[in-house]
Amino acid sequence: MSSAGTRTMRRLEPAAIAGVMSREAANFRTYWKGTTFSSVLEPIVYLLAFGLGLGATLVDEVNGVPYIQFVGTGMVATAVIFSSALPAMFGTFVKHRFQNTYEAILAAPVDVEELVSAEMLWIGIRSGFYGCFPLLVTMAFGLNPAPGMLLVPLFCFVTALGFAGFGVAMAATVAKIDQFNYVTALCITPLFLIAGTFFPISGLPEGVQLVAQVNPLHQLVELVRGGAFGFEAVDLARFAFLVAFALLMWRIAISRMTSRLID
Amino acid sequence: MAAIELRNVVKRFGPITAVDGLDLDVPAGICLGLLGPNGAGKSTTMRLLTGQAIPDAGELRVLGHELPGDSKAARAEMGVVPQLDNLDVDVTVEDNLAVYARLYRVKDVGAAVDRALDLARLRERRRDAVDELSGGMRRRLLLARGLVHEPRLILLDEPTVGLDPQIRTELWTLIGELKSRGTTILMSTHYIEEAERLADEVAVMAKGRIIARGHPAKLIGEHAGELTAEVYGPPDRLAEVRAGAEAQGLVVRAAGPAVAIVGSERAGNGEIPSEAVVRAATLEDVFVLLTGEEAE
Repeated sequence: MSSAGTRTMRRLEPAAIAGVMSREAANFRTYWKGTTFSSVLEPIVYLLAFGLGLGATLVDEVNGVPYIQFVGTGMVATAVIFSSALPAMFGTFVKHRFQNTYEAILAAPVDVEELVSAEMLWIGIRSGFYGCFPLLVTMAFGLNPAPGMLLVPLFCFVTALGFAGFGVAMAATVAKIDQFNYVTALCITPLFLIAGTFFPISGLPEGVQLVAQVNPLHQLVELVRGGAFGFEAVDLARFAFLVAFALLMWRIAISRMTSRLID
Repeated sequence: MAAIELRNVVKRFGPITAVDGLDLDVPAGICLGLLGPNGAGKSTTMRLLTGQAIPDAGELRVLGHELPGDSKAARAEMGVVPQLDNLDVDVTVEDNLAVYARLYRVKDVGAAVDRALDLARLRERRRDAVDELSGGMRRRLLLARGLVHEPRLILLDEPTVGLDPQIRTELWTLIGELKSRGTTILMSTHYIEEAERLADEVAVMAKGRIIARGHPAKLIGEHAGELTAEVYGPPDRLAEVRAGAEAQGLVVRAAGPAVAIVGSERAGNGEIPSEAVVRAATLEDVFVLLTGEEAE
């Protein structure tokens, strides 16, 4: 009995994507405690350090928002990039180069497009969840719940899809795992710093402001603050930008991984 | 219809031609041993069959599906047991199997997992993480994972490489059970004994193409004759024996600390040294004669 029989197999079959995600879920069950612990603890540490530290000594408010709430809403983007780009980079590299996991998966009726899509979706869902933690923690520091916040998991999910695609593409590009240091130093850290998490980008030089406008993390920060303090019309464009970023990274990741996995 | 049909397949990696005009048919229901030294093109052939390598030229058909275009449908009907252990080590035995049952679109995942556990004789260890299993258990699980969807065709890529003799024998028993069920098997190996024990037919591969093929006994008869005489001794003596035998037109090969005069039944009186140990010719003799490589 061959389960799939002789039927024609389509592109992007949900069953293939669900199968790959079920592998991620099975592995996640073995390490979820540590990951969740750090995802909850990190925003608390940042909030205490920046929100309470800077907030108590140097800055009271930014644009009428108490500084701790300004940082707390911005920290959502930090949680998203660190729970999407980094796991995608390291996880993909390890599964491909050290564990030969992809060789086994691709021997089944799964193609690279489905494999990459599943990896990105899994990371997107996880980050959508973890991205909400800083917001919940900030509520303990006085942030009032708002209906717009219900959209934050969606914003986080879409942004994480893009950064997961970025991470997968990087993993397929670098020759050695230590080359991720260049990616982190030259790309992730600058994106994280000019996202508007800790200070408004309006205070930055004009050139840097322009760069910040095409930084997906900045768009996410603005969307989360929109959800917490009130949306503006431009937020629709911000969301469209994040969707376009995710789609672009999805196709780049598939292209890079195909080059890497198929001889 | 053959389960696998390859016609004039070529695969190059830069200046290296890994598969060079390969023609190969594997009829349904047989176990074909693909025997060859390292670098012969066996693993590249396996990757071509799973769509993980795209040929530069030639035609591939697996279970009636044209490759690489229809590779996904072909993969749905075949199982693959890789050379390297790529199980998820932190995950339980049954979850490892369940994931692959889903990837192969098995409708009743639970039943498929139970069946695979029985095959691997791991029912008692189903809830243990893979890294708690012994090497032999892991290898059995790897085999069971490739069979979780009961494929019509199975590709075994060096299934026992690096394993100790006891585990190798365990796997041979499992592969023998598969054979008896009529599953078509293509098994790449560089272990002569493995090919002799399991394969209905052996194809010897070297430099990217098949250089000989047939039942092991037929290959031995065709290429090595009936008897092989092995002479042991110091290097000077071995060189003397080699030179003498070759002068008589006999085929000689190195055999570790000895020289082996292949087809020694064809030698005239007195041409075989009196200290020679005469034995039946083997597939190893054929392998070394054809490939020029020492066998394992």
